[in-house]
Amino acid sequence: MSMLTSLLAGVIFGLGLVISGMTNPAKVLGFLDLFGKWDPAMAFVMAGALMVGTVAFRIAGKRTRAILGAPISLPTARDIDRRLVLGSLAFGIGWGLAGYCPGPVMTSLATGGGKPWIFFIAMLAGMAIFEIAERRKA
Amino acid sequence: MSAYYAPLIGGIMIGLGAAMLLLLNGRIAGISGILGGLLGKAFARQAESRSDAGWRIAFLAGLVAAPLLYGAFTAPPAAQVDASVGTLAVAGLLVGLGTRYASGCTSGHGVCGLSRFSPRSLVATVTFMGAGFATVAVVRGLL
Repeated sequence: MSMLTSLLAGVIFGLGLVISGMTNPAKVLGFLDLFGKWDPAMAFVMAGALMVGTVAFRIAGKRTRAILGAPISLPTARDIDRRLVLGSLAFGIGWGLAGYCPGPVMTSLATGGGKPWIFFIAMLAGMAIFEIAERRKA
Repeated sequence: MSAYYAPLIGGIMIGLGAAMLLLLNGRIAGISGILGGLLGKAFARQAESRSDAGWRIAFLAGLVAAPLLYGAFTAPPAAQVDASVGTLAVAGLLVGLGTRYASGCTSGHGVCGLSRFSPRSLVATVTFMGAGFATVAVVRGLL
């Protein structure tokens, strides 16, 4: 059951990415072009997602378990440190170079031709480097 | 104004997907965390730490399948990628590294983190958006 709801949540999330225009890098870069020909459309994506998200997290905050019985697992990290800021900087630069972030690039793999695959494989490589570096440290 | 209906409706659906995963499965819909966590299991030595891969694979399969479902009812989604192969590779590497070190991306920090008023996620979101604005300004300024 939990696999099915997870799959369905992924489909709805992915349809949202497609309908919103987030899977179109040109559209995303238009939003990031704040100092040029700024296209505010993608701000409405965030507004729509937050309208629903704030309600959902408010409900989740009053529960200890999810509807299917698993504990609700919320992030516990609170520190604003160098990892958070430098990581976000690197992410933002990559986002601004290509117009893809992790969700939309995955939702482009089946229909977007070869370019999203190049980004996706490089992204997996970056994530793998992180895993190796973290394990070496431990 | 009508140009903003689709982004708004799409955004609401993104919120609904995140709400479903949270309230039914008790999980955060942060794509870099779901994918990176799955990748991390490939590096894990103990079998038990590989146990919760199922919901991750299911969610990501849904993300991948969504445009096929969309395309079955209407024209496939339009996408214009101007970046070169080399730029895509560098950008992908930066996004993979950055989102894992920052423990989140547009969905985990942006949508979910801001929805639960996390100061940490606010700092992350302001930082990656600021870096995105600056990067496009530099790239388009130089072209």
